[in-house]
Amino acid sequence: MSTLRISSLQKSFDGNPVLHGIDLSVKAGSLVALLGPSGSGKTTLLRVLCGFERADAGTIEIDGRRVAGPELHLAAERRRIGYVPQEGALFPHLTVAENIVFGLPRAQRRARHRLAELLELVGLPESYAMRAPQQLSGGQQQRVALARALAPSPGLVMLDEPFSSLDAALRVETREAVARALAAAGATAVLVTHDQAEALSLGDEVAVLWGGRLLQTAAPQALYQRPVTAALAAFIGESVLLPGHVVDARAQCVLGTLPVVDGAHHPDGPVDVMLRPEQIEVLPEAAPREGALDALVRDITFQGQDAALTLQLIDSETTVRARVPGYRTPRHGERVRLAVGGAVSVYPR
Amino acid sequence: MSEAITTAPATQAPTGRAPNPGARSRRSTPRALLAAALAGPLLVLLPLALTFRRALSFGFADAADLLFRPLVGELLVNTLTITVSATLAAAVLGTAVAWFVERTDVPGRRVFALLAAAPLAMPAFVTSYAWVSLSLDLQDFCGAFIVITSAYFPLVYLPVAAALRGLDPALEETARSLGCNRWSTFARVVLPQLRPALLGSMLLVALGVLSEFGAFQLLRFRTFTTEIYAEYRTSFDGGGASLLACVLIVLCLVCLAFEFRVRGRARYERVDRGTRRAAVRHALGRWRWPVAAGFVALNAATLGVPLGMIGYWLTQPGAAAITPADVSPELLFSTTFASLRLGLAAAVVTTLLALPLAYLLVRYPGRLATLLERTTFVAQGVPGLVIALAIVSLAVRALMPLYQGTTLLIVAYAILFLPLALVSVRAALLQAQQRLEETARALGLGWFETLRRVVLPLAGPGLGAAAAMVFIAVVTELNATLLLSPIGTHTLATQVWTDTSTLAFAAAAPYAALLTALSLAASGLLFTFAGKSALAAHSAAPPDGS
Repeated sequence: MSTLRISSLQKSFDGNPVLHGIDLSVKAGSLVALLGPSGSGKTTLLRVLCGFERADAGTIEIDGRRVAGPELHLAAERRRIGYVPQEGALFPHLTVAENIVFGLPRAQRRARHRLAELLELVGLPESYAMRAPQQLSGGQQQRVALARALAPSPGLVMLDEPFSSLDAALRVETREAVARALAAAGATAVLVTHDQAEALSLGDEVAVLWGGRLLQTAAPQALYQRPVTAALAAFIGESVLLPGHVVDARAQCVLGTLPVVDGAHHPDGPVDVMLRPEQIEVLPEAAPREGALDALVRDITFQGQDAALTLQLIDSETTVRARVPGYRTPRHGERVRLAVGGAVSVYPR
Repeated sequence: MSEAITTAPATQAPTGRAPNPGARSRRSTPRALLAAALAGPLLVLLPLALTFRRALSFGFADAADLLFRPLVGELLVNTLTITVSATLAAAVLGTAVAWFVERTDVPGRRVFALLAAAPLAMPAFVTSYAWVSLSLDLQDFCGAFIVITSAYFPLVYLPVAAALRGLDPALEETARSLGCNRWSTFARVVLPQLRPALLGSMLLVALGVLSEFGAFQLLRFRTFTTEIYAEYRTSFDGGGASLLACVLIVLCLVCLAFEFRVRGRARYERVDRGTRRAAVRHALGRWRWPVAAGFVALNAATLGVPLGMIGYWLTQPGAAAITPADVSPELLFSTTFASLRLGLAAAVVTTLLALPLAYLLVRYPGRLATLLERTTFVAQGVPGLVIALAIVSLAVRALMPLYQGTTLLIVAYAILFLPLALVSVRAALLQAQQRLEETARALGLGWFETLRRVVLPLAGPGLGAAAAMVFIAVVTELNATLLLSPIGTHTLATQVWTDTSTLAFAAAAPYAALLTALSLAASGLLFTFAGKSALAAHSAAPPDGS
């Protein structure tokens, strides 16, 4: 269990800056999801942390011990950071057991040190020990890769998009197994992902990397409810963005006057109002609800468990997106009423 | 959580070719195609059968007398010593060069990468000419070892470098993160992955050394090949040569069998998914320049000495050599013309011979096609000298009118280089996938229009590459040319040979220079147009590569 502290880390490739001054601290034993669109520099950051790439400036400290800094670049093999690469990258010439004990000293390798324990930790039966990696499914390969990284008991584990190559069903299952194993091992973990659902569900904290800068670091709920920019809001999840004004810490827009998250911090003035589609409640036309607005169903995307609706407000030309449970999907052109729940975020224009 | 695991299917890595649902493999193969495809493999088996038949004509006692001689023992020791030592040296050198070029920041690595492949275009007998003319002390084992190692290490370098490029960098990074330093990462992770490429190429080197004739003869190092040639010269169609040839063939076929096995077991291939990062290059630090100096020394030995000596003798008058002889411009012209003519004819014939078999392999894959393919690759295990001898013997006995004619020489070339052509032709036909052809037909094109507008544009470059590779191989070929070329026909290769044999080094220089220039230029063109893959195929023709 180690703490990780990164300050003003910079890295460029052939003169193109990829990381512009990253500051991040990770508490011992927590899991930070490093989230970003492709090309945001998240894999580069992970590779710099692991020691595969050399930082141009800034420092990296693990448990107070500096591993990278001015005139200092500790080689990857001396950082004691567990690394789980994309698609596992199991050594194809070794069995599962040999893969897992690979990073241990020779005597412990011979003795198959902790092998049974590690297999159990990642949720694989012991009979898998003698299999070749090619005989495992993608999710099982990922679990072996995690066991291999955990075998030398590193204080810190880095996972580079470990689930991206798995299909949807396997992904959820493997994700849960990995989270359990990491928690059981008590390792501090940094998980790189471009999948916001993965980041929100796995991370104790989510750090969003955007164009080589850390845009926001927050707990998953806070990040979802209060993203710092409108673009980030759209990246984290589906969002409805409407022009409006802040007046007395409340947002006025076509959906009415709505409470603002941390409203007291926002001065009056023109803003973009952001809310999540699931905050818009879709009611039958006859529903007696004060402040509800009339709207027409313009488009429906039925997805089984729920349906995404495009609704046009009667009083204006504005359209908004909303979600309803699948069994309550209205008909095309049907008249409905809208009510907004929860608070909205605002971004000054 | 365990039930989820037990129900998860343990997916077996796919082995062999996946049957193409659209392929016509279930439909019977057209007879005409089958007959045409059979021609090549049968031609390959012919010299083998002839040699064994000739050897069997001896009684057991006679054969034993001829084989269990001190001379044969000496030949065996010589042949195996040079084969094993040169193969090991080529393996170490080729792997080291590949690793430094692909995995470190050695200065000038791009140039070194190119130069490391260049010796492939230099025939070993030209290299030996250079070393012998430098000093006659370099004859025997020492010279043979230098010449053979520098001629054959690119055969290891190219596939190993390709394997290094193909290796998932994540494997090495993971090893580093697990505490392995540079050396133990190489020993525990990289080397095991290179094993198929390394072993396969080592066996190809061993095959090449076993079949090498010109270099050993010029360096006066006695092996099976030189002795077979000596027997042939003294007794012409005697059986002694064929008995020795049988021993040599057995050695070669053992190598070939191992080679087939290694390729069959090559299971380490990575399932290629998504994008690939470039591997991390190790910083050599203060070793950068010493390593670069090592590369310069290597290139001085493999390319500098041969090219330098040819250049030196070009500027010397004929009288400067041990045997004075002058060059006649007419002979220079006629030998060049003969080399070009034979090279072009053999390139066309061999490519055409490979075409039906390659088509069969691509469109009607199955046991029969694989059998024919493997039979063709047996030609790799039969030394050119043995093929030439068998054809001489056949001509003398049954085809007298063809004896000393160009036809049989072309046939010998076709047998020798059919495997080389087959690899490229097959790769070329794979470019023109059946579904593209079908799409063209569905768009209303007739078969001829489909051929002209779809198949040829796609497969054409590969067919050209195949022909070019055969051309290079024929121009630099010595054994078969020496034995089968018509009286009065001299090629560049035979002329280098004749003049070097008589120690007329200055006289040999123009031919050696032309031969090397022709081969290097053709290889350069091939490299430019067909890319590295062509050279890789040139160096390692896989019996069932995909």
